[in-house]
Amino acid sequence: MFSINHILEPKTLKEAILYYDENPKLKVIAGGTDVLIHLHHGKLEDVELLSLRKINHLDEVKLQEDGTIVIGAMTTFSTLFRDKIINQYISILAEASVSMGGPQIRNIATIGGNICNGAVSADSAPSLFTLNAILRLESKKGVRMIPIQDFYEGPGKVKLLQGEILTHILITEDNYHEMKGKYIKFSNRKAMDIAMLSVAVTGQVEDEVFKDLRIALGVSAPVPVRCSKAEDYAVGKECSEETIKKIGELALSNARPRNSWRGSKPYRQHLINVLTQRAIKEIVFKGGGKDDEKN
Amino acid sequence: MKEKVIGNRASRLDAVSKVTGKAKYTDDFFEREMLVGKVLRSPHAHALIKHIDVSKAKSLEGVEAVITHEDLPKIKFATAGHPWSLDPNHRDVADRLILTDKARYVGDSIAAVVATDHLTAEKAIKLIEVEYEVLPHVLDAEEAIKPDAPTIHDEKKDNIISSFGQAFGDIEQDFQQADYIMEGVYETSIVQHCHLENHTAYAYKDTDGRIVIVTSTQIPHIVRRVVSQALGLSWGKVRVIKPYIGGGFGNKQDVVIEPLTAAMTLSVNGKPVRYQLSREECFIGTRTRHAIKFYMKTALSKDNRLKAIHIKAFSNNGAYASHGHSIIMSASSKFRPLYHFNSVKVEPKTVYTNLPTAGAMRAYGVPQICFALESHLDDICKKLKLNPIEFRKRNLISLGHVDPLSKIKVRSFGIPECIQKGKELIKWDEKKKSYENQTGEKRRGLGMACFSYFSGTHPVGLELAGARIVMNQDGSIQLQVGATEIGQGSDTAFAQMAAEVLGISMDMVRVISTQDTDIAPFDTGAYASRQTYVSGAAVKKAALEVKDKVLKIASRKTGLKVEDLDIVDKQIVEKDLGTPLCSLEEIAMLSYYDRIHAEPIKSDTSENIRTNAVAYGVTFAEVLVDMVTGKIEVLEIYNVHDSGTIINPSLAEGQVHGGVSMALGYALSEKLMFDEKTGRPLNHNLLDYKLQTILDTPKIGVGFVETYEPTGSFGQKSIGENPAISPAPAIRNAVLDATGVQFNKLPMNPQAVFEKFKDEGLL
Amino acid sequence: MMKKINLNVNDKHYAIEVDIKESLLDVLRDRLHLTGVKQGCSVGECGACTVLIDGTPYNSCIYLAMWADGKKITTIEGIEKDGQLSKVQQAFVDEGAIQCGYCTPGLVMTTTALVESGKKYSDEEIKREISGHFCRCTGYQKIFNAVKKSLDE
Repeated sequence: MFSINHILEPKTLKEAILYYDENPKLKVIAGGTDVLIHLHHGKLEDVELLSLRKINHLDEVKLQEDGTIVIGAMTTFSTLFRDKIINQYISILAEASVSMGGPQIRNIATIGGNICNGAVSADSAPSLFTLNAILRLESKKGVRMIPIQDFYEGPGKVKLLQGEILTHILITEDNYHEMKGKYIKFSNRKAMDIAMLSVAVTGQVEDEVFKDLRIALGVSAPVPVRCSKAEDYAVGKECSEETIKKIGELALSNARPRNSWRGSKPYRQHLINVLTQRAIKEIVFKGGGKDDEKN
Repeated sequence: MKEKVIGNRASRLDAVSKVTGKAKYTDDFFEREMLVGKVLRSPHAHALIKHIDVSKAKSLEGVEAVITHEDLPKIKFATAGHPWSLDPNHRDVADRLILTDKARYVGDSIAAVVATDHLTAEKAIKLIEVEYEVLPHVLDAEEAIKPDAPTIHDEKKDNIISSFGQAFGDIEQDFQQADYIMEGVYETSIVQHCHLENHTAYAYKDTDGRIVIVTSTQIPHIVRRVVSQALGLSWGKVRVIKPYIGGGFGNKQDVVIEPLTAAMTLSVNGKPVRYQLSREECFIGTRTRHAIKFYMKTALSKDNRLKAIHIKAFSNNGAYASHGHSIIMSASSKFRPLYHFNSVKVEPKTVYTNLPTAGAMRAYGVPQICFALESHLDDICKKLKLNPIEFRKRNLISLGHVDPLSKIKVRSFGIPECIQKGKELIKWDEKKKSYENQTGEKRRGLGMACFSYFSGTHPVGLELAGARIVMNQDGSIQLQVGATEIGQGSDTAFAQMAAEVLGISMDMVRVISTQDTDIAPFDTGAYASRQTYVSGAAVKKAALEVKDKVLKIASRKTGLKVEDLDIVDKQIVEKDLGTPLCSLEEIAMLSYYDRIHAEPIKSDTSENIRTNAVAYGVTFAEVLVDMVTGKIEVLEIYNVHDSGTIINPSLAEGQVHGGVSMALGYALSEKLMFDEKTGRPLNHNLLDYKLQTILDTPKIGVGFVETYEPTGSFGQKSIGENPAISPAPAIRNAVLDATGVQFNKLPMNPQAVFEKFKDEGLL
Repeated sequence: MMKKINLNVNDKHYAIEVDIKESLLDVLRDRLHLTGVKQGCSVGECGACTVLIDGTPYNSCIYLAMWADGKKITTIEGIEKDGQLSKVQQAFVDEGAIQCGYCTPGLVMTTTALVESGKKYSDEEIKREISGHFCRCTGYQKIFNAVKKSLDE
């Protein structure tokens, strides 16, 4: 039994937006793997829910004519993991998706929910950061497009304005074309776990030179972060052991890991360095993120 | 040809019932208008309760009762699942109230609500107002015994539950004459059983005014006794029913929730009340495995023989005694019949702290001491540059060894063969060679560890078991035992024993899996890996009685002597010739309907076992250590056991798999953590407490060396807990082999490995 | 607040009123008495309560009962056909994959979904697909064998 006082189940996005506008206290529920668990633990009570589950077409992955990949916010991690478009063009997101929770959780947890709950450990975030994903937010006032890098505010906090619902995640072609990616989730267990630290790397190597390199970290700061210093350093450099080592060290400069019982600050710093190097080596030497991560 | 049933890979008797979802566990029974019980738990690790105001909670609609310690008898009781002792000096520490009058850990039970549903009960819990006077708390066992530490129980001012130790031989002389003296400190962490079914029970008063409790327990007869004691009732006033159980591992060898469940039903005039713990409550509100710190000091002679061992141990018992000092006493007894020592001295202290209560968990103190001892032995080998296998073999005791203290005699001894088998399975020599001088980012290593364990609790505890058999008209039987099936497969093993003795097939044996204290034979329950050895003896005795009765009727019918008859494949046969004389069914029919001699065949027996049998085993492990991230992966692991006759190899393998899996978590990932400043639990859920998933678990290899234990009713010894003992030190020793680093604290999770590598200058 | 829903459970149609507060697990166990569906954690961390919803495994403890409106639910009670164990159930029995049995129904459900998918799975994929189930008794060894056997033609 959950402490739910009321639940609205709009069938269209328009309807949902109207409800939300009328009652900003509504708690949006997608897959429920966060909201229902918070309710169980008493962290939420007497809630009024706005369920997005009955809205059609929010759970699809599409490739637009201009090459933009559009992911509906209600797309589950299982769908993402198996989706052809995702696997063909942005396999790093498929990799991140299958690392999340366990199969039953992935069957219901949505990428939109994962983003909007603002967890620093969100498995989708680092990959989306490296893909320069754009979030499409809609409210009664209209549509707002915002880069995912600007969306996170703090642990568990995101910049959703009143009445706004995340509807889609967009990735433009220039952000994935000819790119290779690797996601490393570092956790105690190989399933049913949250990241102690995570690293996503997306990049392009041409003639053994980094043409493009993007590095994002999870659980390394109050929000997921991009490692701009390391990235700036890398572009144009030869993919040597030395360069990669330097990139690993530089990745730390954008990170602000904290001490917690899940992992100490020095350990996290160490992991940021070494796992960044490992992820880069994967895309340089193995040519993509198709391998099963053994970490 | 007589069919052998012992040693068959028979399917579990309850397999179909469980795989179809029809097996009923405690929560699967419903009573009309069942109420729900909930508990208010202390947010403070140590606090006096100045005042409790329940008035707001009581007036909430749907609340039927709110109770605190003031509403209950002021009787302190003990909860450990041990047989009652007529000797007052041999009883468990009675330090608990059903609801406490002082908070001793975060999660201590302060007040209880009985309401119509969960949500109402939870609301009411929040309306209870408690005024606490917060006291300083202590979480560490060595800190807790310092003079300025806060006193947790007034009855034990120094927080020491007991420091009773064990010793034999002249230890001072042995150390004086030693060629080498080695020392080491080893430490284990708090872990939890994590049976999939949480603690749950419901209770009501029947029309005779008795309290009936249906509960997920390993020890129904002990639950009856403890509930009666806690409530000040005559023992016959309580009836306990144990249906199917979703795992226990020792956590249900303790009377945890039943006294309160009974108090809840009494508070609402006997209406049925269900009290289920949530997973989070189960982590902190039941029992844990003791964290123990060992200071080991060993004397050796020049020829690499162990001479003496001196062990100081600090056992962190948490807030209440529960099994208390028995854990470290078990540890200090059970490691002894393995290596030869002239002298042994164990100086333990079992200490109260402001943590959840530690109790029984699979292998009862022995996983802790085995980690310390077997790690210590490898550290000695490293220092003296010895081969760890040869060193162990050289120091093993031999068949016929008698422990100077317990007087337990080793009558079967398969450990040398276990070591040999394990060594071959893992290809020790071959791999050892190829792993020399590794320098890479990922390094491999091999390790091993041995253990000894008992079968039951004799001579410390009473080992009484009961069995009852009734033969039906067709020669099939009902077998009733007092010992409980909790998933380990004991019912199936008992059925095999009865079928073997009676010459009938497994499908002719029905084991009544529910224990109801009104009708089940008396047996203290499932613990100490006692069942095949102790309760199995009662089953054999009952079956032999039935057989004797069958053969007496057959003798009367055939004119042949009882000694000349046997039952083979449901037929009465003439022993020497093997010729069938009549069917078992004919004899069974006579027992029911013979106009002169009719007397249905049955037996109702008890067996008081006054021997013990030492079981042995060994783990061999191969690891891969990531020198950069600190992650340890077990590549191969083999457990080889000497558990005497294996009654059912399939079930025995299952026990080994499960025990090893549990130990993998113990070694590598599991640890219940608490905030130092507040004593609050940090990871009391299945996401943050790192049980192994299938993806984390390597293939687990199993071997048996089948000795014949003369005191076992079929040559058998213990198997249930044993597999959980030696994997942790074997893995630890493999990591030592791979990295040269001595990990002296469990678990070796990536964070701990990182810190150690840093200390050692490897990172 | 009550809500009327129509659902099919184990090929039987139900039109029932559920409380919006209820999980599917609550309704299956407490209302329909399908007690083969087990509760182990209530927060989707153990897999004991797994049921199939339109053929896909979900943790019924974190699935609102009202969401089951119009869905086809299969629980362990709906797996036997004509009093015969299914291939998956038989494999669990034959391989000795059952001990305390509390995780068994959930695992049988997930395995059934794998079998019904008609796909082929490597050993690693099998492990990944059943990694949402905790078992504390078996070390997963015989469970893995049972799942593999279920998937063998």
